[in-house]
Amino acid sequence: MQIKETPKQYDVIIVGSGAGGGMATNILAKNGLKVALVEAGPFFDPKDPKTQTQLKWPWESPRRGASTNRAFGDFDMSYGDWKVDGEPYTTKEGTKFMWWRSRMLGGRTNHWGRISLRFGPIDFKHKDVDGLGDNWPIGYEDIKPYYDKLDKMIGVFGSKEGRYNDPDGFFLPPPKPRLHELYYIKGARKSGVPIIPNRLSILTKKLNNDRGVCFYCHQCNRSCSVYADFSSGSCLIFPAQQNGGQVDLYTNCMVRSVTTDAEGKATGVSYINKEDRKEYQLNAKVVVLGASACSSARILLNSKSAQHPNGLGNSSDVVGRYLHDSTGAGRTIFVPALMNRKMYNEDGTGGAHIYSPWWGDNKKLDFPRGYHIEISGGMSMPAYGFSYDVTEMNKYIGGELGGYGDKLRDDVQRFYGAIVGMAGRGEAIARYENRCEIDPNTVDQFGIPVLRFDYKWSDYERLQAKHMVATFDEIGQNMGGIPLGDVPGKDKDYGLLAPGQIIHEVGTTRMGDDPKTSVCNKYAQLHDCKNVFIVDAGPFVSQADKNCTWTILALSMRTSEYIVDQLKKQNL
Amino acid sequence: MDRRDTIKSLLLGSIAGGVGLSTVPGCKTDDKTPAISPEKVGLYGRNEAELAHDQKIFAETYLTEYELTTVAVLCDIILPKTEKFGSASDAKVADFIEFIVKDIPNHQLPIRGGLMWLDHESFSRFGKSFAEASGPDQIKIIDDIAYPDKENKKPEFAQGRSFFNLMRNLTVTGYFTSKIGIDALGYVGNRPNIWDGIPEDVLKRS
Repeated sequence: MQIKETPKQYDVIIVGSGAGGGMATNILAKNGLKVALVEAGPFFDPKDPKTQTQLKWPWESPRRGASTNRAFGDFDMSYGDWKVDGEPYTTKEGTKFMWWRSRMLGGRTNHWGRISLRFGPIDFKHKDVDGLGDNWPIGYEDIKPYYDKLDKMIGVFGSKEGRYNDPDGFFLPPPKPRLHELYYIKGARKSGVPIIPNRLSILTKKLNNDRGVCFYCHQCNRSCSVYADFSSGSCLIFPAQQNGGQVDLYTNCMVRSVTTDAEGKATGVSYINKEDRKEYQLNAKVVVLGASACSSARILLNSKSAQHPNGLGNSSDVVGRYLHDSTGAGRTIFVPALMNRKMYNEDGTGGAHIYSPWWGDNKKLDFPRGYHIEISGGMSMPAYGFSYDVTEMNKYIGGELGGYGDKLRDDVQRFYGAIVGMAGRGEAIARYENRCEIDPNTVDQFGIPVLRFDYKWSDYERLQAKHMVATFDEIGQNMGGIPLGDVPGKDKDYGLLAPGQIIHEVGTTRMGDDPKTSVCNKYAQLHDCKNVFIVDAGPFVSQADKNCTWTILALSMRTSEYIVDQLKKQNL
Repeated sequence: MDRRDTIKSLLLGSIAGGVGLSTVPGCKTDDKTPAISPEKVGLYGRNEAELAHDQKIFAETYLTEYELTTVAVLCDIILPKTEKFGSASDAKVADFIEFIVKDIPNHQLPIRGGLMWLDHESFSRFGKSFAEASGPDQIKIIDDIAYPDKENKKPEFAQGRSFFNLMRNLTVTGYFTSKIGIDALGYVGNRPNIWDGIPEDVLKRS
């Protein structure tokens, strides 16, 4: 096939427009660099009324928001989910991995939970504590200035708590708890589990003239039309363009590989334009990969050349390895005290207004790393599945099961808002064996070899999930509640969800000082190819019991400033 | 039984049970307007592929007119009109069920088979289809299948109970996701608001 070259020469090509790619675009464009931003999905702007789902009612969807077309329902703002048409992935026999891809400008930042937690000092050096995994080549003090700048630039609500491994930042005022959260607070306190206001990148106060303030509709997963929550398009890419930055957007363009010259230096990328299905070449001084941990690994592995026979940046054979997702397990609790709710608008912000950071001492436990607890519930907007099997709830309070008519209406009303969910999100140990690699037998619809996953949990993660479920049941009982469903046993990994299912996959291009055991250096620059950088969650050495986005953003900011500095010094 | 006999018995079945062979896509000739017309499906932020999917689903037929009549009768037994709020029919729940069984095909067999079970039961007991049976007769059957049978006293109604359970779930979901249902529930969110914590009176009670 003929590969068409674009005559334009860029300073930087950025692949992927999610958190990492968006931040790189913003910083590099602000510094006067000429940027090509290449995104595999279409253009998306949260305020476009044509695509907007925020404030839509369930009856506006003929399926009432059911998940036929979008895995998290009709109103969730993600184009692409566990499946992307024409772009499969495979798993090695006997293993499971679920991979979420959002093909759109802004990527997964359009629908994510906005949970914006800093990693703490221990999180960067956890091997020093328990001997497992590896330490990062950087520490909290290296990244703290970037977290600080990020808080002020994007905005995050929260509270100063002085907790050593959950560092405070510059916080906007947090919202007060909802009623079910108040019950959770009482229940958790009884079990000695700490509760603090949540830390979400949602504007509870005016930050600047480009963005609106939260109006409490609870629908951050639908992407905010007034830009009151963080998404990469609204907060990073559009401002970069509006402030005179030279940013060319290449949407619906799927990068196949990074191209290199005879010396092995990157010259740009080759991509497929999805509209004409032809292959094109873009050239730049620097290539920045922010396609997501697994997609960037795939691009590197598919970038083979005489100089990089094992794939670009892969002389160590570490690309794709140490893949790890957060652990997850959850419980649903029925709380009779929350029956017969008085009706009022308690939508609040997206997500929970409070959360529980990790409190345990792993030396006294049978698993090595911690988790935090996310809380859900309340009088939320009905959607497909609303009040399914509602009459069954009567069995917990000695009421009559089944029925119809007035009795049924009464059941729906009485039990509405009486269910509380708790979900644990914890740290897994990154392991050499857990990886994604190129499937030797499968290509996608563009002829690009696809990823094959090979991932297994260990007892470290299983026993952690067991602890989660036991804790949630105890807290639930403290709330006067009844956990629904059986306690998942060993045969169900104690309730541990599948790898990938928490959508926090990281570690595939980990950073380190030793080129033999890591893919990039502490600035996320490839050991093997100086003018290629990675700004997604690939360079994470470990995931921590936090969510990864705030750290992706901080690391991307740091890497982008390093790129500017190195270009000035003519080192790239 | 040869092929011709099969067709004959199917036809007979369709007369007896009322379930015709008119379920072949494209054979529907009426112009009944669904709750949300195909031209309007794009208004909830669909992309092109999703819009095409919705239009394809709207153009298909699964449940027949006859089946939908019974569905509507059932929906209104499950959620009839009250002094304050409209019935399942007022909320167009049958239209929702008509759509959702095409959109989530797993529902198709349990609904179609369940409707036949119901008609069979009604014919055996009252000599009429369920939809044509009198109100009190309909309720006699419903009372046999609307409640669990913990002591296994009436195992012959087990399949009917499963069917009614599905109908109840779809009716409740369809109703309380409609405008009438949201008002009946009293949900007052999904609009710009200021959240300043739990109201004082609620806080005092808790």
